[in-house]
Amino acid sequence: MSDLRSFDVELIQHPEFVDPQTSVLPTFALLQQDGNLYPGAKAPDISRELALKIHDTFLFIRALDERLLASQRQGRVSFYMTETGEEAADICSTAALAADDLIMAQYREQGALAFRGFPLEQFMHQIFSNEKDLGKGRQMPIHYGSRDLHYMTISSPLGTQLPQATGYALGYKRSGQKNCVICYFGEGAASEGDFHAALNMAGVFRVPVIFFCRNNGYAISTPVHEQLAGDGVAGRGPGYGLKTLRVDGNDALAVYEATRLARKMAVEEHQPVLIEAMTYRLGAHSSSDDPSGYRSRKEEERWRQKDPVARFRQWLIHQGWWSEEEDETRREEHRQAVITAMKKAEKVPKPPLEELFTDVYKEMPWHLQEQLEEARDLVERHPEAYPATAGRKQA
Amino acid sequence: MSQMNLLQAVNMALDTAMQQDERVLCFGEDVGAFGGVFRATSHLQEKYGKDRCFNTPLTEQGILGLANGLAAQGQVPVAEIQFADYIFPAFDQLVNETAKFRYRSGDQFDVGQLTVRAPYGGGIHGGLYHSQSPEAYFTHTPGLKVVVPRNPHQAKGLLLASIREPDPVLFFEPKKLYRASTGEVPEEDYEIPLGQAEVLREGTDITLVAWGAQMQVIEKAAEMAAEEGISCEVIDLRTLLPWDRDTLAASVKKTGRLLINHEAPKTSGFGAELAASLQEVCFLYLEAPIVRVTGWDTPFPLALQNEYLPNEHRTLDAIRASLDY
Repeated sequence: MSDLRSFDVELIQHPEFVDPQTSVLPTFALLQQDGNLYPGAKAPDISRELALKIHDTFLFIRALDERLLASQRQGRVSFYMTETGEEAADICSTAALAADDLIMAQYREQGALAFRGFPLEQFMHQIFSNEKDLGKGRQMPIHYGSRDLHYMTISSPLGTQLPQATGYALGYKRSGQKNCVICYFGEGAASEGDFHAALNMAGVFRVPVIFFCRNNGYAISTPVHEQLAGDGVAGRGPGYGLKTLRVDGNDALAVYEATRLARKMAVEEHQPVLIEAMTYRLGAHSSSDDPSGYRSRKEEERWRQKDPVARFRQWLIHQGWWSEEEDETRREEHRQAVITAMKKAEKVPKPPLEELFTDVYKEMPWHLQEQLEEARDLVERHPEAYPATAGRKQA
Repeated sequence: MSQMNLLQAVNMALDTAMQQDERVLCFGEDVGAFGGVFRATSHLQEKYGKDRCFNTPLTEQGILGLANGLAAQGQVPVAEIQFADYIFPAFDQLVNETAKFRYRSGDQFDVGQLTVRAPYGGGIHGGLYHSQSPEAYFTHTPGLKVVVPRNPHQAKGLLLASIREPDPVLFFEPKKLYRASTGEVPEEDYEIPLGQAEVLREGTDITLVAWGAQMQVIEKAAEMAAEEGISCEVIDLRTLLPWDRDTLAASVKKTGRLLINHEAPKTSGFGAELAASLQEVCFLYLEAPIVRVTGWDTPFPLALQNEYLPNEHRTLDAIRASLDY
């Protein structure tokens, strides 16, 4: 650790400016697209059961994303974001954690939540913001959260979860709890001031946190070369005193192994870690975006050839753990399950009126009680204008 | 009971809270071994160790982000922002995160244990960035509570209540009074409930309301008015969000007149909220327009600080004008 109070430093007599081009970090990769390991690569110790669970989560997320994006196009869902192309990044990193490590996500990490066992019905209740949504229908679709599954509720402001992850991890360290926080974010969010605050504080306080960047090449329409000029996001890690690794984000095995090692350092040594997973956002940014306006089909096609799901499936088949036929059957099962759950969730009523006013504070203060009464009177006088809440029995 | 100033009372409250609950943590810029630039956290690191009272890197958004994470995890963070003028880099964490944590998660997660302390207010030749009173930015934010003490006894009782409050609290300390305001403070643990105003002086002709350092101003104005035969009721609001409308409305219904005094600029200041709300519930009792005596709608100046501050002379003039209306 450099400290200006120490004068025991090397002096040079010729000004040698550090050239950013000389320090490009390599990428950790184990699995080739044909499902074979790179020569000299060693597969992580991963059981058949875990490998199949990872793959099943891949298939579930593909089915969920495809169906819901289509439903958004039909106007049944107000908004949606897929994680197509990035499934290995969030799902395999979460697979390497303890089930009670805290996840702080950005928004493109529904796979992590699915891996933890979030029920399909709960995904749907959140998407349809109905009265069974754990978030009480208050946030936009894909802003999931689950206390039981240690998945912190997502919020839209980018990067805000990063310093919170440092704080949460400091809480773990203080209480002696042998857990870490994994904090997901995109390379665009890494330009926010909160990224700097978070990594700097994590380095200074030495807390058990893994900052996991999904560098998928784009922040909406902004390509990564308009986002940063240095060696990606990983290039910044050492400057903050973080152990840092760049990994092939489409390589399920490499992501798993990188995160497993990161967790060990974070939990056992309170060493914060930065992982940058290099991947590609195959889909649009969101249902409100059309990427054809800012990137080429050819580029997308190139990345489609690197599909993380297909790559891992090939590995499973080579292991003798899975087959194309089983794959097709399972995909169809997930598709049907999603459609059935969607139809059910659509019919669940919206939350009652009073949920608009609860949880602002622990107890409802006088001014909110007054406003709730005012809203109740209003709905009663104009039931036709408030079909979701008029005539509803309120708890 | 012992005689102490407001700063010592804050220090005593933190000491009491840390002693009583192992999860209470004090942190911010220079609050560690040094004890804070105002010495509010003096000796706390010595007493409770580096993991409970510590310096942070110089980053306000980081301090509030860290505090949100700590509170969500189950610790009881008491974060310090060195001057309220520098709370703005943390505005996003406070307004979009702290305030909405419980609501947006359907009460699955919350940061209710969080308290943010910040010295605020002018009168110390602090110029633009060591004088501001930013309370109205935060009273416009559902989910936050905003508290301002006026003397050492209040500071200790309100701060202890704020730390234990299940909702996030912004605790603004009038730094002009840090050493200037002294008084008796009980040694024992006590709390002053949030959300309750206090009537300091009963009167019949006009209600004067303020908070923090401006309490001295309206008390002085009330005394000067008394010499002219005007009876002022003086109220300390203490909690700005959620504020005590009942106490204020009862007073205004009795006196028929209301003067609000605050140091922050007039336009969209918290006085506007008080005036509009009390007009709604006291309309038939008002005998004169509600009057606001506040800072001008300018940045807080250095050389003309005295001309900027809404002092007792301006207040007395406004009292007279209200009675002559």
